[in-house]
Amino acid sequence: MQRHSLWRRRGTLVLLALCLFLAGCSSALLDPKGQVGAEQRTLILTSFGLMLIVVIPVIAMTMLFGWRYRRSNSVAKYTPDWAHSNLIEAVIWIVPCAIIVVLALLTWKTSHSLDPHKPLESDVEPMEIQAIALDWKWLFVYPEQGIASVNELAFPVDTPVRFRVSSGTVMNAFFIPRLGSQIYAMAGMDNDVHLIANEVGVYPGRSTNYSGAGFSGMTFDAHVTSNEDFDAWVAEVAQSPNTLSYPEGYEALAEQSEFNPVEYFSSVTPEFYERLVSSFHSGTDPNPSHDENRAPAIDSHEARQSLSNEAGE
Amino acid sequence: MFGKLTLEAIPYHEPILLISGIIAILGGAALLGALTYFRKWGWLWHEWFTSIDHKKLGIMYFIVALIMLLRGFADAIMMRTQLAIAAGGSSGILPPDHYDQIFTAHGVIMIFFVAMPMVIGLMNLVVPLQIGARDVAFPFLNNLSFWLFAVSALLVNISLFVGEFATTGWLAYAPLSGIEFSPGVGVDYWIWALQISGVGTTLTGINFFVTIIKMRTKGMTMFRLPIFTWTSLCANVLIIASFPILTATIAMLTLDRYLGMHFFTNDFGGNMMMYVNLIWAWGHPEVYILILPAFGVFSEVIATFARKRLFGYMTMVWATIAITLLSFIVWLHHFFTMGAGANVNAFFGIMTMIIAIPTGVKVFNWLFTMFRGSLELTSPVLWTLGFIITFTIGGMTGVMLAVPAANFVLHNSLFVIAHFHNVIVGGVVFGMMAGLTYWFPKAFGFTLDEKWGKRSFWCWFVGFYVAFMPLYVLSFFGAVRRMNSYPNAEWQPWMILAWVGAVIIALGILCTIIQFVVSIRDRKKNADVTGDPWHGRTLEWSTSSPAPFYNFARLPEVGDIDSFWSQKQRSNEQLEEAPYTDIHMPKNTAAGPIISLFAMIFGFAMVWHIWWLAGFGAIGMLVSFLMRVFNDDIDYYVPAAEVERIERAHQQRVEAQA
Amino acid sequence: MATETQHLDAHAEEHEHHDAAGTKVFGFWVYLMSDLVIFGSLFAAYAVLMKGTAGGPTGADIFELPLILGGTFALLISSFTFGMGVLAMNANRVGQVKMWLVITFILGLGFLGMELYEFHHLINEGYGPDRSGFLSAFFTLVGTHGLHVTFGMIWILVMLVQLSTKGLTDKTRPRILCLSLFWHFLDIVWICVFSFVYLMGVL
Repeated sequence: MQRHSLWRRRGTLVLLALCLFLAGCSSALLDPKGQVGAEQRTLILTSFGLMLIVVIPVIAMTMLFGWRYRRSNSVAKYTPDWAHSNLIEAVIWIVPCAIIVVLALLTWKTSHSLDPHKPLESDVEPMEIQAIALDWKWLFVYPEQGIASVNELAFPVDTPVRFRVSSGTVMNAFFIPRLGSQIYAMAGMDNDVHLIANEVGVYPGRSTNYSGAGFSGMTFDAHVTSNEDFDAWVAEVAQSPNTLSYPEGYEALAEQSEFNPVEYFSSVTPEFYERLVSSFHSGTDPNPSHDENRAPAIDSHEARQSLSNEAGE
Repeated sequence: MFGKLTLEAIPYHEPILLISGIIAILGGAALLGALTYFRKWGWLWHEWFTSIDHKKLGIMYFIVALIMLLRGFADAIMMRTQLAIAAGGSSGILPPDHYDQIFTAHGVIMIFFVAMPMVIGLMNLVVPLQIGARDVAFPFLNNLSFWLFAVSALLVNISLFVGEFATTGWLAYAPLSGIEFSPGVGVDYWIWALQISGVGTTLTGINFFVTIIKMRTKGMTMFRLPIFTWTSLCANVLIIASFPILTATIAMLTLDRYLGMHFFTNDFGGNMMMYVNLIWAWGHPEVYILILPAFGVFSEVIATFARKRLFGYMTMVWATIAITLLSFIVWLHHFFTMGAGANVNAFFGIMTMIIAIPTGVKVFNWLFTMFRGSLELTSPVLWTLGFIITFTIGGMTGVMLAVPAANFVLHNSLFVIAHFHNVIVGGVVFGMMAGLTYWFPKAFGFTLDEKWGKRSFWCWFVGFYVAFMPLYVLSFFGAVRRMNSYPNAEWQPWMILAWVGAVIIALGILCTIIQFVVSIRDRKKNADVTGDPWHGRTLEWSTSSPAPFYNFARLPEVGDIDSFWSQKQRSNEQLEEAPYTDIHMPKNTAAGPIISLFAMIFGFAMVWHIWWLAGFGAIGMLVSFLMRVFNDDIDYYVPAAEVERIERAHQQRVEAQA
Repeated sequence: MATETQHLDAHAEEHEHHDAAGTKVFGFWVYLMSDLVIFGSLFAAYAVLMKGTAGGPTGADIFELPLILGGTFALLISSFTFGMGVLAMNANRVGQVKMWLVITFILGLGFLGMELYEFHHLINEGYGPDRSGFLSAFFTLVGTHGLHVTFGMIWILVMLVQLSTKGLTDKTRPRILCLSLFWHFLDIVWICVFSFVYLMGVL
C-alpha cells in the first residue's frame, strides 16, 4: 500500500514536470475527465517511473563509459581480456527481473480492474449507448430513449455508460481520449466498453483504427451534461423530422460520406443494433428483415473464445 | 487481352506521380544508355547479376536497399509535410487517396525493401566469412532469393506509375483489404510483391540456417560462433518459422479477393480477427528478424573498437535464444483493444515484458564491454552509443505499450508510431549503418570516410529526436496514426517540429551519399591493404580486403571465441604454411534472374488479371527451373596455382605497404 | 604424380567438409518444417472457420467417407511403394527404382482423381469455396495438400527422366531421397487432414 502511494507521489512529480513541458497545452491523456482515464493516467506514469529505474542509469552509463574509456584517455584502466563477472551478471539479470515482476503484478491487476468489458461500480443506474462505425461516420443509437444521432454523443455526468460497439463496415475503434479505454468496432461483433465521465464538458472522440479514405473525418463530440441538459438534448433529438429504419434507412445512411455533419433521428427501428450485428452472421439471406431464428449476435465472450483458440495454436 | 489494365491506369492527373514517373524513366533511360555506351552490360551480367558469390549478393542487396530507402524516405517527407500543413480544417497538399497510398508504401518499403535487404545483405556479406566457409550451403538459391526480392521491389515501384498501391496500411488489415472495400489493384500489388519477396526470404532463411549449422570450419563449435552469426542464426530460425505464416495469410487474402472466398470477410462466416491474429503471428517475429542481427552488429563493433572481449558471451547467446523463443508468444499485444478477455490480455502483456529482460541484459553487456576498454570513437561506435540510448528509450515506451490497460489509451495513437520508430530507427537503421561502415572495407577494400560518417550520425541522431519526440507529445493530446488532417490547430507546432526533424534526417541521408562519393574518390588513400583495418577479432578479418571470391585460401582452424584476435596475440611466430590446394567452387548461373523475371511477369499479370500472361509467367518459371535442374555443369575447381597467384599478389601488397 | 594425389586428397577433404548430399537433405528437412508451418496456419484457419458455415452445409452434410478412405489408402500405399523405391536405390537397381516410382505416380494420380472428383461434385452441388468461410477453409486446406501432391508427381516425372538419362549419380540420389521425404511428409499431413477434417467433421 505504502509503495503504491510512493509511486503515486513520484507519478505526480513526473506529471508536474510533463505538464510544465506541455506548457499551456491541454493534454487529453494527462488531464482525463473520467474515472477510467484517471486510473490509466496513473498506470502510464507508474510504468514510466518504474522503467526509468533502468533507463536513466543506462543512458548515464552509456555516456559515462563512452567518454571515460575512450582510447585517448590514458588514465582509465584497460583490461582487454576481462569479460566475465558473476556479480555484474547477477545484478544485470536481477534488477530487470525485479522491475518486470512488479510491472507484471501491476499488469495482471489492472488488466482485470480496467477490463473494458467490466461494468463500473457506481450508485447510478448505468445506461447503454450503441456505437456503430460506418463509412465514415459514427452512428449512436440510444435504445432506452429510442433515438439515434450521427457524429454526436451526449450522456449525463457521473453515469456509467456501457457502449456496445460494432461496425457496419471495416474495422474501426471507438475512442474518447479524455474518458479512457478504446475498443475495436467490428462487423458482426458485439464488443463493449464501459466508461464514465466525472466532469461536465465537450470531449472530442474519434475512430483510431484506420478505415479508408474518410478516416480523418470520423470524429465526433461527446457532450457530457447534467441530467437536465441530457433530457433537453434527448428532447431536441426527438424533435427531428428524420427517423431511422432498418434496413432501408440504415442502407441509405451507410452510403459512404466524408466529414458527415451531425444528424438526429427521432425514432429508430427496435432491435436496430442487434439486427445489424446478426445480419453479418448469415450467408443465405441477404434480406435481414426476418432473422429471428438465426444464431444470436456473437457476443464478446465468443470473441474471447476464438482468440484464446488462436492463442492455443 | 490486357485484363483490367487500360491506359487510364497511368496517373496523368497526379502531378507528383507524373513528375516522379518521368524522372524515374529518364533516370532509368540514362542509366541504361550509359551501360550500353560503356559496354558494361556483359560485365554486369557475368560479374554481378548471375553471380552466386555471397559477398556480391550482399552488396547488391545493399544497393537496392539504399535506393528503396530514398523512395521510402521521400514518402516520409511527404507525409510529414502533409501533416505540418493540414491543421484546423485545411486539407493540405495530398488528397486522402494519395496520402493513404504513401503511408502504406512507406511502411511496406521500409520494412520489406529497406530493413530486410539490409539485414539479409549484411548476413550474406559476413556470415560465411565469420564461420570460415567458402560460400553458403545453396549458392544458386541465394542468387534466386536476391532476384525474387529485387523483382518484388521493382513491382512496388511499378505500382507508382501503373495503377496504384494499396491504401490499407502496411499490414493490409482485412476486411479493408478485401475486394469489397478495396476493389482497385493496389492491394494486389501489395499481395504479389510481398508473396514473391516472401518466398525469397524463406529460401534465404533456410539457406543461412543450413549454412551456419553445416558449413562451419574446423573447431568452430556453436559456442565459438561470433555473436553476429549467432543472432543471424536466430533471425533465420524466425524466418523459417514465421514467414510461412505470412505466405499462408496472404494466400488466404488472395483467395478472398480473386475467388470470392470468405476467410476474412465481414459476412458468410469469415473472420477478420483471424487475419489480425495471423498477420501478427508473423509480424512480431518479423521485428526480431530485423533487430537481432542489428544486436549482433553492435556486439561486434563494440568489442572490436573497445579492443576488449565481449562481456558475457554466454549470456549474450542465451539472451538471443530467449528472445527468439519469446517472440512467438507475444503477438496479441498488437491488438489488446480488440476485446479479448482480461486473462488473455494480461498473459500477452506479461510475456511481452519478459522479453525486455534478456534485451536489457544485452544492453548491460554492451556497456560492460566498454567498461575498462579502450574505446575508439569511430562512426560505427557512435552509431552504437546512439543506438543504446535511443533503443533503451524505445524499449521503455514499448513496455508501457505492453501494459494492456495503458495500451487501451495509447493504441493506434502516434505513441505507437514514435515507439516503433524509436526501436527500428534507433535499432535497425543505426545497426545497419554501423554494420555498413564496419564491414565496408571487407566488401570493397577501402574504408569509408569518417568525417562524413560522423556527420551523418549526428544528423540522424538529432533528427530522430526532433522528429519523433513531438509524436509522443501529440499522442497525449489524442492524435492518431494514419490521419491525413486534423481539426486541432494547437497540434500544428508539434507537427511542424516533427517535419523539421525529418528534414534533419534527410541531411543525414545526404551526408551518407556524400560519404560514399568522397570515399570512392579517396579510395587509394583509404585502402585497406592488410584486410584487417580495425584490428578485428573474428575470422572475416583474417582474409584480404576485398575478400577473394573463395574467401579463404586455406580453411582456417578455430580454437577459441575471437579466434583471429587470439591468433594475432599468440604469434609473431611464422605459421607453418600448408601448400595451396584446388578449391571447389560453384559456377555463376543465369537461372536466378531468369526465374525471377518470369515471377515478376506472373505477379504483374496477376495484379491486372491478365490470365494468359500469368500462365506464361508460371510456365516460364517452371521451365527455367527445370532447365536449372537438368544442368549438371554447375561447379568447377580453382587450380592451386591460381590460388597461389592471388594470395602472393595480396602478400606483396601488404609487404609493399609495410 | 604428387600433384595428382594432392588433387585427390584435396577433393576428398573438400567432399568430407561439404558433405554436399547431407547438406542437401538437411536443407530439405528444414524446408519441410517451414512448409509444415504453412499447413499449420491453414489448419488453424480451418479450426477458426469450422463453425462459419453461414447457413450452408457443415462437414457432416457433405463428406463422403468411403470415397475419401479410398484416396487415403491410395496415398498410404504410395508411401510404402516409394519406400521400396528408396530400398531399390540403396541396392543400386535403377530399373526397380523407376518401376516403384511409376507405381507411386499411379497411386498419387488415383488420390488426386478422388480429390478432384470430390471438389467437382461439391461445386456442382453449389457448395463451392465461395459459399462460406468453412468451405473456403476446407477447399484451401485440402487443395493446398492436393497442389503439393501435384508438384510431387511432376517431380516424380522429372526423376524418371533423370534416372533414364543419368542413372543413379551423386546428383540424382539426394534428389530421390528429398523427394521421398516430401512424399512421406505429404502422407503425414494427409493423415492429419483426414482425421482432423473428415473424421471429426463426420463425428
